[in-house]
Amino acid sequence: MENSEYLEVFIEESKENIQSLNDQLLILENEPANMDTVGEIFRSAHTLKGMAATMGFQDLADLTHKMENVLDAVRNSKLSINSDIIDVIFQAVDQLEGMVVDIASGGDGSSDVKELVHKLQAIENNEQIDTMTVSNNKIEEKSNQQSQQKSNHNYFADLDEFEMAILNQSNEKGFINYELIIRLNENCLLKAARVYMVFEVLEQVGEVIKSAPTVQELEEENFDLDFNVLLVTKLNDEEVKQRILKISEIEEVIISPFDINKREENDNEENLPETAEKLADSTSQQETKKTSNTNNAKSVASKTIRVNIERLDGLMNLFEELVIDRGRLEQISANLKHAELQETVERMTRISGDLQSIILNMRMVPVEQVFNRFPRMVRQLSKDLGKKVNLEIIGAETELDRTVIDEIGDPLVHLIRNSLDHGIETPDVRLQRGKSEEGDLVLKAYHSGNHVFIEISDNGAGINRQKVVDKAISNQVITSEEASTLTDEQVFQLIMSSGFSTADKISDVSGRGVGLDVVKNTIESLGGTIMIESKEGEGSLFSIQLPLTLSIISVLLVEVEKEKYAVPLSSIIETAIIHKSEILNAHNKKVIDFRGKVVPLISLKEVFEVPQAEEEDDYFSVVIIRKGDKMAGLIVNKFVGQQEIVLKSLGDYLGDVFGISGATILGDGQVALILDTNTLIN
Amino acid sequence: MDEVKNQQSIIIELDKEEYALPVERIGGIERMQHITRVPRTAEFVKGVINLRGVVTPIIDLRERFGMKPIEYTDSTRIIIVHMDTLDVGFIVDAAYDVLDIPQELIEPAPKVIGTVDADYIDGVAKVDKRLIMLLQLENVLSIESYQNAKERSHS
Repeated sequence: MENSEYLEVFIEESKENIQSLNDQLLILENEPANMDTVGEIFRSAHTLKGMAATMGFQDLADLTHKMENVLDAVRNSKLSINSDIIDVIFQAVDQLEGMVVDIASGGDGSSDVKELVHKLQAIENNEQIDTMTVSNNKIEEKSNQQSQQKSNHNYFADLDEFEMAILNQSNEKGFINYELIIRLNENCLLKAARVYMVFEVLEQVGEVIKSAPTVQELEEENFDLDFNVLLVTKLNDEEVKQRILKISEIEEVIISPFDINKREENDNEENLPETAEKLADSTSQQETKKTSNTNNAKSVASKTIRVNIERLDGLMNLFEELVIDRGRLEQISANLKHAELQETVERMTRISGDLQSIILNMRMVPVEQVFNRFPRMVRQLSKDLGKKVNLEIIGAETELDRTVIDEIGDPLVHLIRNSLDHGIETPDVRLQRGKSEEGDLVLKAYHSGNHVFIEISDNGAGINRQKVVDKAISNQVITSEEASTLTDEQVFQLIMSSGFSTADKISDVSGRGVGLDVVKNTIESLGGTIMIESKEGEGSLFSIQLPLTLSIISVLLVEVEKEKYAVPLSSIIETAIIHKSEILNAHNKKVIDFRGKVVPLISLKEVFEVPQAEEEDDYFSVVIIRKGDKMAGLIVNKFVGQQEIVLKSLGDYLGDVFGISGATILGDGQVALILDTNTLIN
Repeated sequence: MDEVKNQQSIIIELDKEEYALPVERIGGIERMQHITRVPRTAEFVKGVINLRGVVTPIIDLRERFGMKPIEYTDSTRIIIVHMDTLDVGFIVDAAYDVLDIPQELIEPAPKVIGTVDADYIDGVAKVDKRLIMLLQLENVLSIESYQNAKERSHS
């Protein structure tokens, strides 16, 4: 595709528009009379259509076009919104999304849109959806004809006084008024440009009084292939026609004299039934204007630019270089003890500190990006499950690092599905239990310290401890002796172990025993934790704690012989120094007795084949790490200290290295490797 | 070797022989510095360095070509080479300046060149009595190519 340089922008913006369609449709469903929303939806659909047509994605454009027609009818109060219509529009939006995804992954975005197009068409013609499968083509033809006929007299029906005055005057002064219908070639790529050329020609020969659609709509390519122009000129019709036809990609020009008097007759005839419509039209137009105004105000308030994340990474890299040199400068100035130099270095240190927080901030995006797909999902799911659910989202503006945002979506989907399926009861059960028919699902995000919390809570059935314990015992996850000693929290954690599902019925939504364990693993791989609180009969709360950013983490630097390694603090329980004699052997494995638990020891020296450099000592330094509820002790030679480091990838060439999750650059400019504690514990 | 014409090359030395790397693929020439060993990687991967904030893998070309490793000296250099999306550093005995190798002087690699039996040699050029081997970078980095060569030398 020649337009490939715009493709990226197109995909981004299409996604945004589809998201906004989804959001607004949900609002519309609740408030069918809200014309602001209809206007908003219309605008999104319209933009999408324009972009798709410009980029040459015909199916996408067709579908949006039909959608837009329906919305237009709603906007002009010719149709009233009902659940069926919303369903069909949602289907259309889904298909649009699929097409955009296809385009993003290199496809051509083509898809069979006929069925939906027909459905939309049917709605537009105010017919029952169900009866609409046969004779589609006929109807389409018919409606086309209708609109064709309509166009002939209706386009310039509502001229204002000023325009009338010009037309009358021109007649008196020997000009001729023409009505032109100009049709563009079907393959015309840049319709707006052609229109512009047509207008340029017309301006040379005379004056354009009015066009339908309006000039602005034409510029936005908000029309099919033909448009009408009212022209005042001294030339005769054939000459005008020839001049326009000289422009390429013009299919045909129909030119006919425009008679004001005839129009007036027409006008009088149609006047009565039309006034009501016009009135509705103008009010809705006003309303859309209002919304567009508020929209503008919003966009002015937070001006943004799109920056490729790679550039931010580049900036971050450069900044780290700066930090490393800053460290050296500090060292030098401390040695030289030169007052002015010290002062300057201190200033620089402060400024670069500020710079660091700004750079880190730039990589933050609101969780809204993830959250905004949930209302739609909850609506669909609750419909499927026959439940009534009220979703509340709190703190969507909470910011998280881009890298975390990308990963957190799927786990949240799982948890929400879980709450809807297992948590919230069906309306009749809820009524029996003395609860309101509608269940509440609250999605909440907030900052606390260096972490972000995301909570999913419902006022559903809660977790039945006994059921979980029974299941765990029958699945041989725990023994019955263990079961009696477990706290509630520990029991609840069991539902996130693999192969576990307490649902009596296995449904499409959840309950196959895969899901919650994946959630837990994903969250832990992000350096986060997940906690569950629940009261039977009252509901459950899943609380996810996540680090603010993945690119900067706290680590404990350790030395193994002469090599330095970084152990993420999030996986460390504690450090200890133990004597040789405390090491026991079990099954040929070295273990230690750590606070009453048997903890296997891992010698980093052996795992990483570190060359011997130091004498063996009688005392070992051990870092106790954990993965879930498993623990292990890493034997190292020395603890260096705690440090904030910037996580860097080892690069594509080395690929995945066992036991190493990445690298970082230390203050002295050397590279230290970061341990992947999850793969070290098996 | 199809579109090689007046190949501008950087000449490096390995075990007293001269090799050429196309200049447009060179990102820089660095002095020896601390290399952080990365455990459990191929023998010829010496580790990673911090190259202006980017963690860059380093390969010892001597070991890659099956030559005897030697102590690094003052003339030892790290040549940074651009591959498609990544940068890789090559440790070489020495690096000299840029040489213009005319197309007509380049001959296809003979089947056997001394001990280095190699699919990573693109061709050989004779310039003023110097024999210069042109390296095929993709194969230099390919781990399969290394293993094949190793197997052959064992058999």
